[in-house]
Amino acid sequence: MKSAAKAKKLSNAAGARAPELLPERELRRIMDTVLRLAKSTGAQETEVHVDEVADALTRFANNAIHQNVAEQGLTVSIRTVADGRTARATTNRIDEDSLRAAIDASLSLAHSQPKDARLLPMPAKQHYRNVNRFSKSSAVLSADERARAVRRACDLAFKHGQVAAGIYSNGQSQSALGNSRGLFAAYRETHSQFSITVQEGTAASWAKANSADVRAYDPQKLAARACEKAHLAVNAGELAPGRYTVILEPSAVLDLVGFLFYDFAATALQDKRSCLNDRMGKQLFGPNITITDDAYHPLQQGAPFDGEGLPRQRVLLLDRGIPRNLVYSRSAAKAAGKQPTGHGFALPNEYGEAPMNLVFAGGDSSVEKMVASTERGLLVTRLWYIREVDPYEKIMTGMTRDGLFLVENGRVTSAVRNFRFNQSLIEMLGNVALLGPAVRATGEEAFEMVVPAMKVNNFHFSEVTKF
Amino acid sequence: MWDLSTNALDTARLRGAAYGDVRVMHLRQRDLTTKNGQVGTLSQIESIGLGIRVLANGGWGFASTDRLTREGVAACAAQAVSIAKASALTKREEVVLAPEQSYVDSWQSPFRKDPFEIPLETQLALLLAADAEMRRVKGVTLTETDMQFRKIDSWFASSTGSRIHQRKVISGCGIAVTSFQREEIQKRSYPNSFGGQHALQGYELVESLDLVKNAPIIAEEAAALHSASQCPEKIGTLILGASQLGLQIHESIGHPIELDRVLGQEANFAGTSFLTLDQLNKLKYGSSIVNVVADARLDHGQGLGTFAYDDEGVPAQCTDIIKNGQFRGYLSNRETAHLIGLNRSSGTMRTESWNRLPIIRMTNVSLLPGTWDYDDLIADTHDGILMETNRSWSIDDRRYQFQFSTEIGWEIKGGKKVRMLKNPSYSGITTEFWNSCDAICKFDHWTLWGTPNCGKGQPMQTMGTGHGASPSRFRNVRIGTAFSNQ
Repeated sequence: MKSAAKAKKLSNAAGARAPELLPERELRRIMDTVLRLAKSTGAQETEVHVDEVADALTRFANNAIHQNVAEQGLTVSIRTVADGRTARATTNRIDEDSLRAAIDASLSLAHSQPKDARLLPMPAKQHYRNVNRFSKSSAVLSADERARAVRRACDLAFKHGQVAAGIYSNGQSQSALGNSRGLFAAYRETHSQFSITVQEGTAASWAKANSADVRAYDPQKLAARACEKAHLAVNAGELAPGRYTVILEPSAVLDLVGFLFYDFAATALQDKRSCLNDRMGKQLFGPNITITDDAYHPLQQGAPFDGEGLPRQRVLLLDRGIPRNLVYSRSAAKAAGKQPTGHGFALPNEYGEAPMNLVFAGGDSSVEKMVASTERGLLVTRLWYIREVDPYEKIMTGMTRDGLFLVENGRVTSAVRNFRFNQSLIEMLGNVALLGPAVRATGEEAFEMVVPAMKVNNFHFSEVTKF
Repeated sequence: MWDLSTNALDTARLRGAAYGDVRVMHLRQRDLTTKNGQVGTLSQIESIGLGIRVLANGGWGFASTDRLTREGVAACAAQAVSIAKASALTKREEVVLAPEQSYVDSWQSPFRKDPFEIPLETQLALLLAADAEMRRVKGVTLTETDMQFRKIDSWFASSTGSRIHQRKVISGCGIAVTSFQREEIQKRSYPNSFGGQHALQGYELVESLDLVKNAPIIAEEAAALHSASQCPEKIGTLILGASQLGLQIHESIGHPIELDRVLGQEANFAGTSFLTLDQLNKLKYGSSIVNVVADARLDHGQGLGTFAYDDEGVPAQCTDIIKNGQFRGYLSNRETAHLIGLNRSSGTMRTESWNRLPIIRMTNVSLLPGTWDYDDLIADTHDGILMETNRSWSIDDRRYQFQFSTEIGWEIKGGKKVRMLKNPSYSGITTEFWNSCDAICKFDHWTLWGTPNCGKGQPMQTMGTGHGASPSRFRNVRIGTAFSNQ
């Protein structure tokens, strides 16, 4: 992996200088301008979000780059309160006339509605725990460096008679939030991602990593893994649908359990659309399942404050299979007689809040140990197109994808055609036999979380497809 | 705007670009929602910026910026060229663009009432009235309504001389009601789920849908679903309502005909397609009554896939996709057209915003109307299940095997709807399903549905697509799979 200094040199040599984010003082200046302008318009309270991104993404297919993009943008989002009413207007123009127009639009929207008796005064100044998720290496990774890494991955696939497709992306973002009661919060982070699908004839496999620090993974190793598994996936045989023991790699676990996150929102329970309605405090899942929302976990990303500027708290959601706690926005907390937990979305909204930094407790097994302990089962690389069939029993449907393998007598013996599943998450999390260590997992159906690989008994596959 | 575009194209040319196109876009959006009689979201978003795509050293590059100064635009264009040259490091084949004329034109989508000129109070009053009607019904536990309006101006300029301005006005609205009883959640939506109906129309769309009148109907149905029988598991006759059939078209015809998927360009994310190039003009996609077109022209209707020019500067067209059951065409762009023997793009390159690269997208992919009257179709069905309003959808990454569930079902016996069914679902293999179609209702029952939330591409882009459909009948379909063995 190249050093940051060398990366910057390469970047400049290519003429594509890594974009710089504005300094925090400039975000404060924009915010102060909005607060000053809003004072003279009749807004009783004003909240300002300033968000900036500078992202780049190299996309490849058929062993060559076919799309290669970069974007830079800044938005200013303004919420005003007037006479017990609130609304939001967002613009990406930061001259005074445009900011004034956005304030006026916000006020005009606010005045158009009935008074909201539940509207709370904006929070005052808060204290935040410091988190550092900014990697210079990720910020300065250039188009040339991404292209060279992609070329190495594609050459590897080409050498094996395979075809590679994927992405290599990096970027940086920052958010600042302030209000007319003196609250100010700011956060910046970097992000990076490498994802590769390797096809060998009609067989395919996949590997992906995601981190704030581009040095946390090696694209070449991910490419090698995808190449190896794609070769194992050829000549897939067909099995009958039914109930199987499955070994779910972390990405497969993530994309399934990710659908649970909103069920832990207090507003979802107040609206009676959560699967936890009438189930809090009861043994819902197996005693080996514990879930915490923890924005400060070293493998997590995201700001340490919520959409109103409240500091995020660590919340034990599920303790040994029993749902114990929910997350609360300020208004949901007031309605429930609880304290807010710092998980609210920016107002106004109808969804309230959600835990966005889920961390599952892991175990001491591993995918290898799970395979070795299985007499007959299926090893699942990833899942695809997952949708909720039943919101209360939490029945999910979807497909296996990019590598489904039969395990017999403790070893992987062959590739298997992809299945459709219809599986209740409540049942599944009661049937977990083994857990691996919790890792930062990344997929395509849920946002990144910290989850383990799982061995699950009696997983329900309902139909088989043609490949 | 043209000065900015010209500045960007000149910079790109001087830096070595052989081709370039620029989109300056100004997007305005208003969102209104209510929940349980209270205002939920009330917001307005405005965004303006520039994106430039260039071809240099045989590689593609794209960059975008919201810094619309001479310096900001020039830096953005220079960055796009640098990126294109980096892309060329992996080049394996030359890019060949299908020829296209240059156009200088301006176009505006037709509308009768500008939704941004309708007082917010009027819009909110309508939503709150519908919300109140739903809450009147016993057993209702959650009511939701929404409206969304967009006005999009785009200025397209290319290094070959095109200068095209388009203005689109898009409206959408819907209502939904949920009932939680006896450890079961049931939901009904009108006129469609996941945000309702969306079209390239003004506020007249909202007025035509009569949300208040339909509110108590869906509320009664949501409450009644708890007492309805479970949809049986069987192989049988299925009739799909038009909105559900619209989504079936989207997933099992619209996506597999995208030529970028077919060519493997989406293999890592959205997937590929079973419609390999050897299937063109050979595959019997559906029964002989199945006729599907991809039609972006205004003549087809005011759908979310209607425009005058795509985001590559190619005029809107109508392409036969399935003709009398035979597979006839793909969705292509200037780069891929020659791979299927065409000398011109089918005009389907679309972008979500100024900061996204145009990619091949559905336009209005529609099943053309058949000959049946709806009442006659029901009367002609001896034993079947009618399913309406999507609840969930899923299909494999090559678009073969699908499963859908809907909010409500009706058992049909002896040509009559005899009872309500809950938790209906069906599944199948794409070509087997479309070959089992034996009746399609006529134009009187045909609606150009809008799907506002189609995700594709990396970085992800959300696009609106149109799908004309009328209620249709399918034989020997696997029904009830989602809840089997639970």
